[in-house]
Amino acid sequence: MLSLNRIPVREQNPDLRKHNFEEVCFGYNEEEAVKEAARCLNCKKPMCVSGCPVSIDIPRFIKHVKNSEFEKAAQVIAESSSLPGVCGRVCPQESQCEGKCILGKKGEAVAIGKLERFVADWSREHNIDLSKKSPFNGKTVAVIGSGPSGLSCAGDLAKMGYGVTVYEDLHEIGGVLVYGIPEFRLPKEKVVKPEIDNLKKLGVKIETNIIIGKTITVDDLFDKEGFSAIFIGSGAGSPRFMNITGENLNGVFSANEFLTRVNLMKAYKKEYDTPVHVGKKVAVIGGGNVAIDAARTAIRLGSEAFLVYRRSKDELPARAEEVHHAEEEGLNFRLLSNPIEIISDDKFWVKGLKCLKMELGEPDESGRRRPVPIKDSEFIIDVDSVIISIGTSPNPLITSSTKGLEKNSKGCIVTDGEDGRTSRKGIFAGGDAVTGAATVILAMSAGRKAAKAIDEYIQNN
Amino acid sequence: MYKILTKKNIAPETFYMEIEAPKVAKSAKPGHFIMVKADEQAERIPLTVCDVDTKKGSVTIIFKAVGASTELLAGFDEGDSYLDFAGPLGNETELLSEDLEDLKTKKIMFIAGGIGAAPVHPQIKWLYENGIKPDVILGARSKDNLILLSEIEKMADNFYTVTDDGSYGRKALVTEVLEDLIVKEKKHYDLVITIGPLLMMKFVCLVTKKHDVKTIVSLNTLMVCGMGMCGACRATINNETKFTCVDGPEFDGHQVDFDEILNRQSIYKDEEKEKLYQFAHSEQEFKNRRK
Ligand SMILES: Cc1cc2nc3c(=O)[nH]c(=O)nc-3n(C[C@H](O)[C@H](O)[C@H](O)COP(=O)(O)OP(=O)(O)OC[C@H]3O[C@@H](n4cnc5c(N)ncnc54)[C@H](O)[C@@H]3O)c2cc1C
Ligand code: FES
Repeated sequence: MLSLNRIPVREQNPDLRKHNFEEVCFGYNEEEAVKEAARCLNCKKPMCVSGCPVSIDIPRFIKHVKNSEFEKAAQVIAESSSLPGVCGRVCPQESQCEGKCILGKKGEAVAIGKLERFVADWSREHNIDLSKKSPFNGKTVAVIGSGPSGLSCAGDLAKMGYGVTVYEDLHEIGGVLVYGIPEFRLPKEKVVKPEIDNLKKLGVKIETNIIIGKTITVDDLFDKEGFSAIFIGSGAGSPRFMNITGENLNGVFSANEFLTRVNLMKAYKKEYDTPVHVGKKVAVIGGGNVAIDAARTAIRLGSEAFLVYRRSKDELPARAEEVHHAEEEGLNFRLLSNPIEIISDDKFWVKGLKCLKMELGEPDESGRRRPVPIKDSEFIIDVDSVIISIGTSPNPLITSSTKGLEKNSKGCIVTDGEDGRTSRKGIFAGGDAVTGAATVILAMSAGRKAAKAIDEYIQNN
Repeated sequence: MYKILTKKNIAPETFYMEIEAPKVAKSAKPGHFIMVKADEQAERIPLTVCDVDTKKGSVTIIFKAVGASTELLAGFDEGDSYLDFAGPLGNETELLSEDLEDLKTKKIMFIAGGIGAAPVHPQIKWLYENGIKPDVILGARSKDNLILLSEIEKMADNFYTVTDDGSYGRKALVTEVLEDLIVKEKKHYDLVITIGPLLMMKFVCLVTKKHDVKTIVSLNTLMVCGMGMCGACRATINNETKFTCVDGPEFDGHQVDFDEILNRQSIYKDEEKEKLYQFAHSEQEFKNRRK
């Protein structure tokens, strides 16, 4: 008889984990993975695959797990994904593969994400080499940005035989994977670094501390460095603010600043110099993954955290698992609340966050019900720090320094169709730089599609 | 790794370092800054590019060891290397985009305080190389703290020095000299460029505002990334929030909310004290990191 319930995954106890930065979820062991894999019905028309942005052959890899053929499972995933250890941990599976799983209609969907993660971790721990390298074909490609889009584009091109150089403006490689997503959700040394090292094994050169548009321009990459094509995967890293009174008070931070201090600069470790300030009580404004990550980081640094979101719980864009984990860790939700002012004490520090109560009205263009303010409903949340997490936009450094590279009103690079072609010949783009802040898997998929298109472009020119 | 080619102790706690960074040297212009991170555990610190040598592929920085992180930088010696050195960042100085012939008809005054002499130096040098000699007021706490004195003096038209203790030049504030030049000597200036401590820039702007002289300041706010992705550096300019790292660091001084920046400088005061304390109490650990 088929179980309607998943094999539960082991996790760190919430009371313990809210005081440390170790990974929350332990993942499946071999036995648990095999058992969970056995729940898969191996559907003739697998809906899960249609829900996966990179169309991993899910039933096939799960079948291998069921038969304890873990290396074969890893090979199946590697056909479509270069960052399985990352995606198994951070993809919004509930709205992608698992959301389409037939089992989900009556009970719980197959834990596809957890199985993907298991396979990736197993293959890393067993040093499985999945890289198939071709000899150097004499052409070079520059990749700007070392986030998921840039890394996957670089990996695919290197496999085809191109000489690839990745330019990264920060001092670490990985984009949001290292500066944004916290250690307790995505371990850096254990998961991110090995997936990057796999790329290096393919011969990809990576140069950090190079700001394209400043240190070298895009045109110089063609004219002086002789690259045949360029992929721009520079992300959407510029934080937006709300333009409300008090936003520049001491104790107000963008989520990017807060998370960069903690993750990239490792401020949570005593032996690192970069300071981080989080008060006794912090309000995090927003409802996405970034907001939840910031709130859970603040909790780990000893703060009482409040999530202030203007819609209701059903509309929270963050991954369901993260919302659940955050609740377990004691995050306070202040839903249907819209901040209108940050209140100052007499020393220019935050003293409170003034909000309006909201109710849900008609659906807006995004299909979600629009929040509308309730009259005379002002109230104050008593906090001494505020973290603003209402979204990010692409950094203008590249578009403003590259003539003829078309961008839209939001600052996103405009591409023609799916393959990432931009308005400039030989320049391709993908990931958050094109779509605005989105997901790891979409960025990875864009990078891989662009790699294909770059190959075609170079062959035909 | 970015090798230290030259290290000089040019004033009390003040260091001149020439760093091997050919790619930065190639593209740096007056007004640009870099972000340096000494070692794995260090902070990223913004420092102005003071000079470049494209032949040697080197960039000169000058800084005062006033906090834990600058002390760490100062602990490195010739032949050692910093782990990370990224740039050039920020916008080049506005002067560079102006019409040279037009600039030649203008009277320009530079006012630098303390370590501020370092960032004005490349701008004065650029003007000088283009046949323009500006007036300069150089101020510092005492004679020892006046840096780049002879270098700047030879490129200046009229050159004034002040010290707080009167150990060199006039015993006065830079603003007093400026006020005297404008009011008593009836000098006319088309443009004032001032770089130095925030309070000094604030007061220079009050004087120039009164006399209606356009004034450019260079803001040294707190920074983490230096390239527009964190917002740690934000400041209010003309009632609008700007990121000084990408929108500046130069701004029209009359539009800057100096008090806000002064407040924001103190956000990490307690954490900074803690770090200095730690350094002081584990001298060995600090020494180990200097290499
Ligand atoms: C806190 C946080 C949590 C998230 N959680 C999730 C999650 O759970 N699941 C999920 O799917 N997605 C999540 N996301 C979103 C996801 O991380 C991004 O969509 C994804 O990383 C985008 O990849 P990218 O390659 O387009 O850009 P990025 O990862 O942003 O990488 C771009 C890189 O380019 C560099 N760069 C920018 N400009 C230049 C330049 N001029 N020169 C050189 N280098 C440059 C940047 O420094 C950066 O390293 C989260 C994002 C954040 C911030
Ligand atoms: S220092 Fe990060 S945005 Fe300016």
